[in-house]
Amino acid sequence: MKKQMYSHRFWMLPAVVLISITLFGCNGNGNFSSNSDAAQKVYVAPGELDEFYGFMSGGYNGQLGVYGLPSGRHIFTIPVFSQAPVNGYGYSEESKAMLNTTHGFVPWGDSHHPELSQTNGETDGRWIFINENNTPRVARIGLDEFKTQEIIEIPNSAGNHASAFVTPNTEYVSAATRFSIPMDEDMNNMDVSIDSYKDTFRGTLSFIKVSEEGKMNIDFQILMPGFDYDLSHSGKGPSDGWAFFTSYNSEMAHSLLEINASKNDKDFIAAINWRKAAEYVKEGKGKMMPGKHVRNYIDHEEGGIAKSETINEVRILDPRELEGIVYFLPTPKSPHGVDVDPTGQYIIAGGKLSTVIPVHSFAKMIEAIENEDFEGEVMGIPVLKYDSILHGEVEDPGLGPLHTEFDGKGYAYTTAFISSEIVKWDIENTQVVDRIDTYYSPGHLMIPGGDSQKPDGKYLVALNKITKDRYLPTGPEMFHSAQLIDISGDKMQLLLDFPTEGEPHYAQGIAAEKVIKNQKRFYKLEENTHPFRATSEAQTKIERNGNEVHVYMTTIRSHFAPDNIEGIKVGDKVYFHVTNLEQDWDVPHGFAIKGANNAELLIMPGETLTLTWEPKETGVFPFYCTDFCSALHQEMQGYVRVSPENSDIDFKYGTGQ
Amino acid sequence: MKTSHKIWMAFAALLLIGIYLVPIWSIGMEAPQYPEGIGMNIMVDNIEGKEPQDLKNINGLNHYIGMKPIEPASIPELKIMPYIFGFLIISGLVIAGTGKRTLILFWLGIFILVSIAGLVDFYLWGYDYGHNLNPDAPIKVPGMTYQPPLIGSKQLLNINATSLPHIGFYISLVSMSIAGLAWWKSKDQKS
Repeated sequence: MKKQMYSHRFWMLPAVVLISITLFGCNGNGNFSSNSDAAQKVYVAPGELDEFYGFMSGGYNGQLGVYGLPSGRHIFTIPVFSQAPVNGYGYSEESKAMLNTTHGFVPWGDSHHPELSQTNGETDGRWIFINENNTPRVARIGLDEFKTQEIIEIPNSAGNHASAFVTPNTEYVSAATRFSIPMDEDMNNMDVSIDSYKDTFRGTLSFIKVSEEGKMNIDFQILMPGFDYDLSHSGKGPSDGWAFFTSYNSEMAHSLLEINASKNDKDFIAAINWRKAAEYVKEGKGKMMPGKHVRNYIDHEEGGIAKSETINEVRILDPRELEGIVYFLPTPKSPHGVDVDPTGQYIIAGGKLSTVIPVHSFAKMIEAIENEDFEGEVMGIPVLKYDSILHGEVEDPGLGPLHTEFDGKGYAYTTAFISSEIVKWDIENTQVVDRIDTYYSPGHLMIPGGDSQKPDGKYLVALNKITKDRYLPTGPEMFHSAQLIDISGDKMQLLLDFPTEGEPHYAQGIAAEKVIKNQKRFYKLEENTHPFRATSEAQTKIERNGNEVHVYMTTIRSHFAPDNIEGIKVGDKVYFHVTNLEQDWDVPHGFAIKGANNAELLIMPGETLTLTWEPKETGVFPFYCTDFCSALHQEMQGYVRVSPENSDIDFKYGTGQ
Repeated sequence: MKTSHKIWMAFAALLLIGIYLVPIWSIGMEAPQYPEGIGMNIMVDNIEGKEPQDLKNINGLNHYIGMKPIEPASIPELKIMPYIFGFLIISGLVIAGTGKRTLILFWLGIFILVSIAGLVDFYLWGYDYGHNLNPDAPIKVPGMTYQPPLIGSKQLLNINATSLPHIGFYISLVSMSIAGLAWWKSKDQKS
């Protein structure tokens, strides 16, 4: 009996080997780079928490996606630049003002680069900033409540791409215009022929100061030649006090840029001595110029209602007049990303058309500046000699190198867009040590803390631009793919594919524990300062002011107070100010009313939100809670009676007998 | 009574000041949707949530089963108790001053009677809250009552309620023991 079993097994063995080889052979496109323990490495058991939060920009959805790593689970989406019916952001009276701009109400956005606040060059879990390209804006999101708390518009900018990157102590968030535009002496966008590009078009780099409480204001802008400014990163360690911006189109072409802006062998990285610029500002140098822009912020003193203020001026620094704030580093060829390694010694560019990755040395750059080792100047800005500042070039880095992040162990990881791979290389000797395929066309990549002075070099996330054949196909459009790669060992190992929302550009990651310790679970009712709050059912009431009706309403599991309302008339503008009386974690209540033309509300415990409703016909209209809140959630409903405009029905309202 | 015994008696009385600072009893509740727990502490003059909002949330949950809301301001015992302990502290100090050891026995007797009365009252209070339910309650389970246990754990629907003495109760026990010891040690002496 026993012998028979053995022989059976012996017969099986070659068959198993054969099948394995065949399967491996079938996998022609090489996606066998993942292996069997990958599942174990990304498995987060039920009830366990992910080790990292990943924040991925939503691109054209204008939001910020929050993912757990290593599971790749989508945890939350934070509305930032676009209206969100899910909770009434951008529709409710409290949040509408967040989307105000000098162009009026702009309810959508093209968000790009999230950046966590830092202290001493390390992510600190206070805020995350994100830029909006189309209507130049920068938002600050509080990680205590995962909510957009402030949005500032960038004046004299025509596409806020190289943003939002922070300095090592979050002194500044930087921003740069992607598109240069014709500007007159008063910084007005001129009505001129586009042909006049070389003479009239200018760019600006902006530095937004961040206060201890997070308040943002534009401290200064630097006037720049009419290039296209692309990406940025701040210096750190020895290079702290400097910020680096890539530019393309040093040709200053204005048509068919794919050809006309790809001619020069080298474009520039602009090195900005922001500390020196800030000193100039303190000395009152530069010029206050027209620069109308809007700042929107949640006013915590007044009930968390967003307010807008318009600022009319901005300080402009002209590098032709103020020496030593800008230098150009020649960089091959149409550089896209610019990244500074954790030691702060090296400035690495991704030349999207370059066949090498140039690595500049900060020490050499300073030396070249001191020796005035210039090869020329552009608009009064000195151009340093390429050979004088170069630390080295990474040979064979893949085609179309774009962005680089770091593991804190001396290695850099660069995405190669065209050859669809990530290339790992040694920063000191610029030798490639490993490479891994991605699926497909990676743009940015992210290592938690990977652009700070203290990376958590455990995982890398590749943010791919093309997703085809990785998931069940949904049509021509498929959301972009992120890929989680283990970088803890010598060889990179693909662990997981997961889809994202919108078109993520950059991402940031942070240890979950740094965020969890600041987390808000609910708002304290006694701290609710909303002018239309009702912090108990006894305070609920209805007030009429002409055709404006204010309903002070409360919600608690499982009823509204009041839940029967009469005395509303056609033509009234009814404001439902709904206060959620709950003081318990994860018990929001919803509010929706038939025929509402804007959105529903999702009101957090202790919070007051306001929905406007304009009844257009008579009858009785139901309202209800949209968030399944308790066993009796379905019963959480009420009615509003709407009478004709000329009726003299008095208010009648209440809950229960 | 020797001076040392007087000091011990005074100490036993003064120890009761601690009652005003810490909870005497505590009821904790766990449910699937409250993995972090929710609960209340019974103080000498108040009932407080373990977390500031807990009492409000307990009342919010209790209304489903028709239990009366727990409103500390309307519970007469919480108004009397501070005076009872005040009386024990002052009378204990007076007894220590006079040095009459038989009075310690009286003091202990009163203390023990008060404690038993307190526990009986607590039981009756729990009985009333658990049995005297609003007939209009949304959730009615035939035969179900919601009296929390006097001491120990009990499963009430999806909630596991645990009722245990807190530091204040143990302070009382220590105070009694010290007073008892003062009485016992001073036995062989003439007062």
